[in-house]
Amino acid sequence: MTQQTNSTENTAKDTISSPPTGFQVILREFKKDKLAMFSLILLGLIIVGIYVASLFIDQEELMRISIRGKYAEPGEGFILGADHGGRSILGQLIIGARNSITIAIIITIITGIAGVVIGLVTGYFGGLIDNIFMRIIDFFLTLPTTMIIIVFVTIIPKYNVAAFILIMSLFLWIGTARLIRSKSLSESRRDYVSASKTMGTRNSTIIFKEIMPNISSLIIVELTLNFAGNVGIETGLSFLGFGLPPSTPSLGTLVSYAANPEVLSTKLWVWLPAALLILVLMLGINYVGQALRRSADARQRLG
Amino acid sequence: MWKTVLRRFLVMIPQLFVLSLLIFIMAKFMPGDPFTGLITPETDPNVIEELKIKAGLYDPWYVQYYNWITNAFQGDFGDSYTFKVSVSSLIGERAMNTFWLSLLSVILLYAIAIPLGILAGRYQDSLLDKGIVLYSFISYAIPTFVLSLIFLFMFGYHIPIFPTSGTVDVSHDPGTWGYFWSKVYHMLLPAITYALLATTGVIQYLRSEIIDSKSMDYVKTARSKGLPISKVYTKHIFRNSLLPIAAFFGFTITGLLGGSVFIETIFGYPGMGQLFISSIASRDYSVITTLVMLFGFLTLLGSLLSDIIMSIVDPRIRIE
Repeated sequence: MTQQTNSTENTAKDTISSPPTGFQVILREFKKDKLAMFSLILLGLIIVGIYVASLFIDQEELMRISIRGKYAEPGEGFILGADHGGRSILGQLIIGARNSITIAIIITIITGIAGVVIGLVTGYFGGLIDNIFMRIIDFFLTLPTTMIIIVFVTIIPKYNVAAFILIMSLFLWIGTARLIRSKSLSESRRDYVSASKTMGTRNSTIIFKEIMPNISSLIIVELTLNFAGNVGIETGLSFLGFGLPPSTPSLGTLVSYAANPEVLSTKLWVWLPAALLILVLMLGINYVGQALRRSADARQRLG
Repeated sequence: MWKTVLRRFLVMIPQLFVLSLLIFIMAKFMPGDPFTGLITPETDPNVIEELKIKAGLYDPWYVQYYNWITNAFQGDFGDSYTFKVSVSSLIGERAMNTFWLSLLSVILLYAIAIPLGILAGRYQDSLLDKGIVLYSFISYAIPTFVLSLIFLFMFGYHIPIFPTSGTVDVSHDPGTWGYFWSKVYHMLLPAITYALLATTGVIQYLRSEIIDSKSMDYVKTARSKGLPISKVYTKHIFRNSLLPIAAFFGFTITGLLGGSVFIETIFGYPGMGQLFISSIASRDYSVITTLVMLFGFLTLLGSLLSDIIMSIVDPRIRIE
């Protein structure tokens, strides 16, 4: 009996004395910031909803053109109306959002891995590798990226989704690499790294098992914000007609119907839902990213 | 000081060289050549072939590159396939349009961002500050094309108070006040859209700069000698915070150029960004390469300008 109370007392003491770690801090931040919590739940609902709903939609069936339903208003046989080809806006919205989100996630992962690995390695070793990569990064920073991506998209002979992802990834790892490098640079001057070096730990172990976990919160924040950025860039390029190929509709494709002044001014139901969905996604992801950033920095925390 | 500027300028030369090489390689991958537009059913293939040899299309790539770059330095970028005029004269007029739009955007940007940044910093944590921070967050998160379309719909079509495309009404004669006003009026909506989207950086920077300055010794000194608080803000804090903002100027230009592709396309404003999109659509490659080169050059110039202003403002970062 007494032993039991002792053990409960001990665990209570442990929880009090140990500082909150990683996930707990994030949870506390989200509990404190109601708007961030709301954004997170809303985003989760939207994304899960879109993926589940897209399972029930046959894309071939959806993209079939029928003249009868041309510019049908919302309610006339279609819940959210139809576009110039008589195709359901709601269906395109779901498929488009699914494509846009999936592609943004893939690009985020590719650029994330490339940026984090390059940043960690160059920051850790410094010297010649660092110099070479910094010159490359400096050069990329001065490129008119949007225009060059558009040119690439038009000159690639066999253009498909994979090509688009590759072109985008080629230009979008820069920011992450730069940020992670500066952090890795300061981190590798810390005592724990020197201690580990003295013990003869391999460089790869130090980089990926010791430095990386220490800057993981920064990486999570960076990836979240990149995800938002990628949704914006992909939909923007698709809006101009240089994003996803026509066979893969994106939210941007749906908004691009507004390039026709008649659609823009009188057929709101065609482009506004997609524009608003992009807006909600961007605001939500960015807000969650801001909350994550605050929880990663002890001075800014609310909770 | 001059050493820094010179050093920075020298760094720019290899960057320009690599950029031009990259664009040259891209241009080589583009289908078609300067004579594709001239071919008609009656053209003798041999004549075209001779023209191609004369123009050096079969020379080794480094000779072609050398010729291209030396011509470009003399302002000769070749001819547009679709418009049948020289690229430089085609871009010239558009460049002026983009320049005026950018100028107005920058003026509006600072006119909006500076007061908001100062107010947010001065009344830190007040309701006003929270509102401004929320606004700057939203303007950061909204993609350019979404806000542009919504504004165009609201103020161009729904409440038609702004023109929806073009640069000037044809009814006005050049040189008159009406002409000038009509030009500004056409630029106003795209400029406001751009300015609203770009305010985030300036507002956040100014705000944190002012919050930091508040606890500085020079502010305490100014207060203790009896200067009213509003004077402290206008005469001391503001001046000190404004200098770094000036350094942002170059990056603002860079951002403007990237946004111009979207803004000009949506608002039907005939500038360089819109020309770029229409040249891509018509596969007018000599115009495309020139525009990419020009944008790359201007971006480099923007970052050069930022570095120079920064080194004037803050002597600590000068390269020795």
